[in-house]
Amino acid sequence: MSNESLDLTLKIWRQPSPDQPGEFREYALKNISTHMSFLEMLDVLNEQLISEGEEPVAFDHDCREGICGTCGVMINGQAHGPDHETTTCQLHMRRFHTGQTIVIEPWRASAFPTIKDLVVDRSAFDRIIGAGGYISTNAGSAPDANAVLIPKIEADEAMSSAACIGCGACVAACKNASAMLFTSAKVSHLALLPQGQPERQQRALGMVAQMDAEGFGNCTNTNECEAACPAAISVDNIARLNREYLKATATAK
Amino acid sequence: MAEVATTTLDSRIPDGPMAEKWDRRKFEMKLVNPANKRKYNIIVVGTGLAGGSAAASLAELGYNVKSFCLQDTPRRAHSIAAQGGINAAKNYQNDSDSVHRLFYDTVKGGDFRSREANVYRLAQISNSIIDQCAAQGVPFAREYGGTLANRSFGGAQVSRTFYARGQTGQQLLLGAYSGLMRQVKAGKIELHAREEMLDLIVIDGVARGIITRNLTTGKYETHVGDAVVLCTGGYGNVFYLSTNAKNCNVTATWRCHKRGAYFANPCFTQIHPTCIPASGDYQSKLTLMSESLRNDGRVWVPKAAGDKRTPKDIPDEERDYYLERRYPAFGNLVPRDVASRAAKERCDAGFGVGDTGLAVYLDFRDAIARDGEDLIRAKYGNLFHMYEKITAENPYKTPMRIFPAVHYTMGGLWVDYNLQSTVPGLFVAGEANFSDHGANRLGASALMQGLADGYFVIPYTVGDHLGSTDLPTVTEDHPACKEALTSAMGQAEKIMAVNGNRSVDSFHRELGQIMWSNCGMDRNRQGLQEAIEKITALRNEFWQNVKVLGVGESFNQNLEHAGRVADFLEFGELLVRDALEREESCGGHFREEHQSEDNEAKRDDDDFCHVAAWEFQGVGKNPTLHKESLGFEEVPLATRSYK
Repeated sequence: MSNESLDLTLKIWRQPSPDQPGEFREYALKNISTHMSFLEMLDVLNEQLISEGEEPVAFDHDCREGICGTCGVMINGQAHGPDHETTTCQLHMRRFHTGQTIVIEPWRASAFPTIKDLVVDRSAFDRIIGAGGYISTNAGSAPDANAVLIPKIEADEAMSSAACIGCGACVAACKNASAMLFTSAKVSHLALLPQGQPERQQRALGMVAQMDAEGFGNCTNTNECEAACPAAISVDNIARLNREYLKATATAK
Repeated sequence: MAEVATTTLDSRIPDGPMAEKWDRRKFEMKLVNPANKRKYNIIVVGTGLAGGSAAASLAELGYNVKSFCLQDTPRRAHSIAAQGGINAAKNYQNDSDSVHRLFYDTVKGGDFRSREANVYRLAQISNSIIDQCAAQGVPFAREYGGTLANRSFGGAQVSRTFYARGQTGQQLLLGAYSGLMRQVKAGKIELHAREEMLDLIVIDGVARGIITRNLTTGKYETHVGDAVVLCTGGYGNVFYLSTNAKNCNVTATWRCHKRGAYFANPCFTQIHPTCIPASGDYQSKLTLMSESLRNDGRVWVPKAAGDKRTPKDIPDEERDYYLERRYPAFGNLVPRDVASRAAKERCDAGFGVGDTGLAVYLDFRDAIARDGEDLIRAKYGNLFHMYEKITAENPYKTPMRIFPAVHYTMGGLWVDYNLQSTVPGLFVAGEANFSDHGANRLGASALMQGLADGYFVIPYTVGDHLGSTDLPTVTEDHPACKEALTSAMGQAEKIMAVNGNRSVDSFHRELGQIMWSNCGMDRNRQGLQEAIEKITALRNEFWQNVKVLGVGESFNQNLEHAGRVADFLEFGELLVRDALEREESCGGHFREEHQSEDNEAKRDDDDFCHVAAWEFQGVGKNPTLHKESLGFEEVPLATRSYK
């Protein structure tokens, strides 16, 4: 495995606070190992900025292994950068070449207001889950886990929908800033399981209503969301959500 | 030698036979009548498996709950990164599992340094957890007939681990999170995301609230309540490089320690054997490869030291499958501490592989030949994908290179049987407490403990505290609240005022190096004494030379990190002192002075069959040691053997 180093130009969105205007600022970075992750490259930049007396770039990150969904920036116009099914923290610098300019921006959507630099507020997703993304069962009231049999194929399909990490890349990648992929993944996960049946209608209606109230756009089936999703959530979930919503609307009491 | 207290710690274990203790305690405990529950306010800090499940369950009972997390949403707590699975004594595989066997394995796996009664309760509750999670819609792996699937994990000879691909922690956490969000929507939980706990408010000796900093605005807040439940995880990041998320820290537990909560067994840290090795000095964290891989992967190094051939060119007879050789009964599935030390032993002896020589192979060649690549992909696809992302090597074609890394911390705040700390009204659950895993945690037991505490212990024991304690009304104007607020604000102001030349991260990295070299996988007296001096010097330098830019009352990640590193610099010293005091080897704590001829850990049950609980006496001052002696009635003390 070769260990080369890169010289890069970074153009990064800097915005001190929500109510102040932002701008792109350019930084030169030298000797970046190709084995570094993208966020480790930003760590190196921040150490350099601190030593020069400039405030480090704010960016959200936590597990750095692709599962918590905290990180996520636009990299040269692509949510989480150029790699398929890869979060920003799992993207490595071997994907770039020396002399390259990398443009780094926050997620842009009115439902995700900017907090600082590359950090945005994604609490709208929590409120969508609160509007029905659960099965109402209190601790202590469950039957034996094997009392409800679930065919393996359906359990696997539910798992594939449940794998969403809630990072918001689908919204950032969508020209309409739609949250349909996120919302449909949770509606699908629960609609596919027998435990999810009693609240199936209210769930679809409630979560879609909340999604609209938060100011996310509509879906026009461009499928950019699926292409950007690091957790391989399929747009088939959106088709299922549309059916769930239609059925729920037609039969709502 | 540490100053040892003469008073004894009361763990409040219920009387009666082991199997009846928990029922007995549930009956003894005071109840709060349903109509009165809404009069109580409970603060839950942290939203991982323990915190998320505790907050949801308490709210379901009717209490008013305030839930805090420092992440931008409760769904991101680090429990989410747990991969392999969750244990339960269901015996669905008909392989002779039982509550008693899970209890036995956990006590033995913990090298006889956990509290028997707590572990027994954990094993009893384990089955209800699986039921609860299945009912919530957690998409566990299933057999074609629709029943739940199981796999094996280290330290057990039965298949009792339930899983959801390699993302079990994610799915269990999202289950707890969905329950939490349901209660937020119902108005029973007030959610405070991006808010960090910085101090505990203690009034008349009882925990009555917390001080937080809103990380978005930088403003401080005072929150009062009738009980505080701390579920803030472990302290592995004191080593800088660990499998923990970057924001995991010791601050909440440490500041409670400074307010009177004893810290137990901090030297019991778990080094996980299967992590991706570090690639350079910019390394910011280490990534775990699930222990479940050891079901099908075989661990080996070349028989000849310094053999630089590519692994596929090394024939079987020139490979040393050292775990299978040393531990024929458990083979590749020995517990984590044993596997980690064995890997280090081979690397130290010059048999390590890769550029740095600090790695061993985890090889799937035989499993792929036996079961086919598709089956291996179905079981571990996401882990193989993650490995390839990080290393640019394809583990289906060439063995993984792995090396041990800091993963989990068994130590934590001391709690009694009810999970109450030495500060009444302060309860501690999940990884933040010390109680269930002794000196070494078995795989797939952390998820079990977090959810056991949150769904099925805390909801009852907090009720007992509320029902049996006189809790006069307090407001934010109380002098104790104001004192705690001033103290929390003072620390941040002090950090901002240093205005030195060195970044926070560089202090954290240096501390991590001291901890790893002198108090890592093996420890000795001289190295530990040296570490105390180095940590003290580094802490002094921090307060004279740390550089934090920006303003305090704003979104300032550098200031957040500085506060956490300041606490690690105090806590690290306690961890080392505990390691120095414990003159024996057990579980994850390996003292070079105490080993057998064949390099196995040598416990000293005559002098160290106790919990070491430390009482804070001031920064840089010797803490007082309180001992809780451990009795083993059900699982007789024995030398742990996996041969």
